[in-house]
Amino acid sequence: MKLAVMINEGPYQHQASDSAYQFVAAALEKGHEIFRVFFYHDGVNNGTRLAFPPQDDRNVQMRWGELAEKHGLDLVLCVAAAQRRGIADEGEASRNGKDANNIAPGYRISGLGQLIEAGIQADRLVVFGD
Amino acid sequence: MSDIKKFLYVNRRAPYGTIYALESLEVVLIGAAFDQDVSLLFTDDGVFQIKKDQDTNQGSGFKNFSSTYKALGDYDVNKLYVEKESLEERGLTVDDLMELTYEDEDDDWAEKSSIRLVSRAEVKALMEEQDVILSF
Repeated sequence: MKLAVMINEGPYQHQASDSAYQFVAAALEKGHEIFRVFFYHDGVNNGTRLAFPPQDDRNVQMRWGELAEKHGLDLVLCVAAAQRRGIADEGEASRNGKDANNIAPGYRISGLGQLIEAGIQADRLVVFGD
Repeated sequence: MSDIKKFLYVNRRAPYGTIYALESLEVVLIGAAFDQDVSLLFTDDGVFQIKKDQDTNQGSGFKNFSSTYKALGDYDVNKLYVEKESLEERGLTVDDLMELTYEDEDDDWAEKSSIRLVSRAEVKALMEEQDVILSF
């Protein structure tokens, strides 16, 4: 089955990203296709590379990137949500006059159309949030 | 399979205090460009999102975005379901809601209300007929 996933809450504060990660890993294991993982609301905070959680805990942000690299996942952060919350790639930072970017490896920033397209293209869009 | 899918946006939260309502509306407006079959449902505290006479100028600092709902009709988003029980539980009636309308191209562009009152039982049927449900 072709699946798309939406994550609406930030890391650690909420389990949404953890549950979505377990779901995606299990779905890939079973041979399903993950069309896209779309991060919205505070979910875009999953896309920072500047987090450094305690070493005896899981690294929610980085392990998405690792899974993406291994399976060619498309991890998309909503641009409007990311701008509000200070998540930027190089282009976003320079276009908006910021002195740094903070996007984590494996993620990209794009528009809400990517979410609608995922809803249209996938057999199921699975939402993780409150 | 048809190229057009049925999208339902479920709005469950009050318009201010969290950002869910505002960012939900942003998805609806972008999604309108994709020519899908779009419905919105206002339930629980979500019914406050389309209450008339919203005023955020008393110090919260939140942007009053309620007028944006009035533009939905121009985007061909004209199925706005409101759960009757949610209104009643909050002491509201349909008269407390904004007048949200669209122009019906199949009826000589007559102006019609986009608001459709539904019961909790009807919400179940509404959800069952959808392809994609986004809950905010």
